Amino acid sequence: MTGTGLLALAPLLVLGAGAIVLMLQIAFHRNVRVASLLALGIFIAAAVVVIPALEVSPLPVTPLLQADPMALLFSAVFCLAGAATTVLSVGYMTRRDEQPEEYFLLLLLSTLGACVLAYSAHLASLLLGMELLTVALYALIAYPDKSVLPLEAASKYLVLSAAATATTLFGFALLYTLTGTLEFAAMGPQLAQLPADVPYGNQLLPVAALLVLAGMGFKLSLAPFHMWTPDVYQGAPSPVTGFLASVSKAAIFLAVLRWLLQADLFLYQGLLQCAAIIAILSMLGGNLLALRQSNIKRMLAYSSIAHMGYLLIILVASANIDHRALATEAALYYLIAYIVTTLAAFGTLTIMGGQQGEREMVELQDVSGLFWRQPLLACLMLVALLSLAGIPLTAGFIAKFYIVTAAVSGYHWGLLGALVIGSGIGIYYYLRVVFYMSRRDDISQTQMKAAGGWPVHILACVLLAIIVLLGTVPQPLMAYLRLIT
Amino acid sequence: MSLVFLLLILLLGGLLAWLAERVSTELPRWVALASIVTALLVLLYSVSGLPAGSLQALPDPTSGSSWLIHLQRDWMPRFGIGFELALDGLSLLLIVLTLVLGLIAVASSWVEIEFKPGLFHANILWTLAGVSGVFLALDLLLFFLFWEVMLIPMYLLIAIWGHENKAYAAMKFFIFTQVSGLLMLLSIIALAWQGYVASGNFSFSYFALLGLSFEGSLGFWVMLGFFLAFTVKLPAFPFHSWLPDAHTQAPTAGSVLLAGILLKTGAYGLLRFCIPLFPEASQQFAPVALGLGAAGVIYGAVLAFAQTDFKRLVAYSSVSHMGFVLLGLYAWNTLALQGAIVQMLAHGLSTAALFMLAGALQQRLHSRDMRQMGGLWQSMPRMGACALFFAVASLGLPGLGNFVAEFLVLLGLFAVNPWLTAVAALGLISAAIYSLWMIQQTFQGALQGSSADAASGSGEHPRLLQDFGGREMTTMAAMMIALLWLGLYPQPLLDLALPVVESLQALVAANPSIVGVIP
Repeated sequence: MTGTGLLALAPLLVLGAGAIVLMLQIAFHRNVRVASLLALGIFIAAAVVVIPALEVSPLPVTPLLQADPMALLFSAVFCLAGAATTVLSVGYMTRRDEQPEEYFLLLLLSTLGACVLAYSAHLASLLLGMELLTVALYALIAYPDKSVLPLEAASKYLVLSAAATATTLFGFALLYTLTGTLEFAAMGPQLAQLPADVPYGNQLLPVAALLVLAGMGFKLSLAPFHMWTPDVYQGAPSPVTGFLASVSKAAIFLAVLRWLLQADLFLYQGLLQCAAIIAILSMLGGNLLALRQSNIKRMLAYSSIAHMGYLLIILVASANIDHRALATEAALYYLIAYIVTTLAAFGTLTIMGGQQGEREMVELQDVSGLFWRQPLLACLMLVALLSLAGIPLTAGFIAKFYIVTAAVSGYHWGLLGALVIGSGIGIYYYLRVVFYMSRRDDISQTQMKAAGGWPVHILACVLLAIIVLLGTVPQPLMAYLRLIT
Repeated sequence: MSLVFLLLILLLGGLLAWLAERVSTELPRWVALASIVTALLVLLYSVSGLPAGSLQALPDPTSGSSWLIHLQRDWMPRFGIGFELALDGLSLLLIVLTLVLGLIAVASSWVEIEFKPGLFHANILWTLAGVSGVFLALDLLLFFLFWEVMLIPMYLLIAIWGHENKAYAAMKFFIFTQVSGLLMLLSIIALAWQGYVASGNFSFSYFALLGLSFEGSLGFWVMLGFFLAFTVKLPAFPFHSWLPDAHTQAPTAGSVLLAGILLKTGAYGLLRFCIPLFPEASQQFAPVALGLGAAGVIYGAVLAFAQTDFKRLVAYSSVSHMGFVLLGLYAWNTLALQGAIVQMLAHGLSTAALFMLAGALQQRLHSRDMRQMGGLWQSMPRMGACALFFAVASLGLPGLGNFVAEFLVLLGLFAVNPWLTAVAALGLISAAIYSLWMIQQTFQGALQGSSADAASGSGEHPRLLQDFGGREMTTMAAMMIALLWLGLYPQPLLDLALPVVESLQALVAANPSIVGVIP
């Protein structure tokens, strides 16, 4: 491996080396403040080294990884999301656990897994990244070991996620039998000439495709593989839920998107039809199930199922080769907007949980009158919810605009119909939270203080600004994404 | 640039009003008043600076440069989305109406709001900014943005300061308009995509999208997306059910804004976008639209008569009156279109005044139930006189604006479809019934129910009934003069709207399939 190759992998190297340094630091001197600051520094350094790495991209580094601008951009985004999660977690974890130092180590490892997924050019690296991401997440979810919910959530996630990984792995194995390769780019041509020289090729391919689809559907919590989502979202500590909902899903979606694009798997109509059905089920199912939730975390869990359904529309729309660049651009914009918005939503819940001890403040009743008690937090929540609902002037609107444009380009009217119905239902439960926040009868309730002090408030302002900026002046990001797709 | 200033004054004025709450609870009202007056002055100044005769000149419908004021900047060049604002006679009239009703809304809630007056006035100003943006934007995506953004402050006005059933009403209002808005977004993007397929360039500009041709039935479906969004807002007959709830539950200022200007955005959208962008599909669809309009006129009037809630009655009468606008728009001849435009203005004023009266009654009696009222003329003669004036205005008494409007619409419609004209004319009769019945229930007859309690100073809310004071009478008088002017000498206004009407008619020929007699 050459110097340029190392430079292109710099974000991964910084995260990996950083994890070791942090581990040593914890071994020598236990201190939450030092550990969290160190983790924050590593995240930011990893995001910053993306800039010099961009100069040597695009560059394939080993058969496993490719350092193109897309991988680097999303590595930076994941690292910044990791940094935001770190800031949110400090206050939260110190109140609930005496020794939260390793928590930051796990967060680093999980982000490293996400970045590997962004770089992946090979099913092996896809699997490695996915496992690194999820295994660290099991521990993160179960970290507050004094309460039952996190443990329940972690064991549920562990069992189901491991089963999903096994399913995916079996699918990969079948694909390897058929094609003799695990590289994304080489897989396409091999599959194209399949039936001629492989026995049972016609029977095995759909089986392999379905296995992989089911496994990925589980990781992305698409209906009908979504059962775990509400329980895990509810049980996990709020900052971890935010990380799980944003970074882990975006990383896996990104890797799947690259695989489909590079192996050109859009030739298989059956696969696309399955994806379209799953998309419709997720959009309608997620939104309908979210209607009856009074716990905001569970509501956001179901809404995330619907959002993954919206994203899947893009996957179906990229089947048309003429408009594939537009669809890819749409997917990337949507992922970035979704990461920021989700972090903001769960961030608000984390901060609001404040100093209320063990119980998280995530019931609808808990946000009652938030506008009058903590205007900044309420504004962040309002903007995040409006962005999830796709109201103009927020990032979510531009993202939805992109999706509709991509779908119109392929004339997918059925999917668009489900999108409109789903979004219409969605407005109800998003607005219900806004309505509770604006209630004025509970103002006299005990004033609760926000956790974390000024770093958390700066983070809230930054997230607010990013959501609004992405919604009002999206042109720079649009132009950049167009350049790299 | 003056148009940008206009929007900025309202937006920043809202922010300022919000902050002013910290200084004193009185200040936000003055800030709101000052911002609206400044915006009005900016508008009048920029119009007065135009070369003479430009108000009468016929604008070229296919290029913005011949409009009174036109501004075009890039916003998202990736998709050809621009920041394009333009003003012609029609938008000028509607923006003046918006700002004047904004003043009235502030005046009507001068003493009503005690909870967070700063945020309340900020929301009023932001609604005004959104509505002004709707009347100005000529880039379709920018138009959609204003269309959606004006809903949020309105939602908050209802959800925070509304009456007993505010959660339900606010949610219903938002979901109806938002879902129909989403269909419009779909249509806007499908339309722009057709433009992209045809020319190879993305553009969302009104002028670039005029005159696109569609293959098969696509044009019809895309048109339907626009039509639904606009008729939900208008509201036309089967899509009106959000309106009585939202109007009834909103605070007085919210009802004034909703009835006075938000409904007009639907009519404006039909006139500016839906019909000119899809001439053929609209002609095909005109009989259905006319039928919906006539149905709305009758249905609204019948339901208005059945109401016991003062505000609900006025709300249903809005459904009836806005049916005339729909009829006028789809009759698509000069008389009917001018009638529809005058109806927008006259209905805006008369309904705003009636809602203000309803708000005043509720403040005094703590009830909107007309069965509890009666004989109020004795203790509040000035208020009774105002109510009578606006009731007869709304029933279409000759000499007042609503008569001119409805008469012009019927006249224009007669040339197109005599039978529907006959049906719609029934609406005038039923309007007389419900309006006079309303006056009789509230202000005439014997004292009874809560009004008797209030008048005698006993009962649940012992408080003497207070007649209108100087502030209320000034706003009422201003609206009365405006309605009289519309009714007695509407010619300057018709002249202002005429070039716009003619240039729109140049885009879309009169409808051959429904034209029976050409006037």
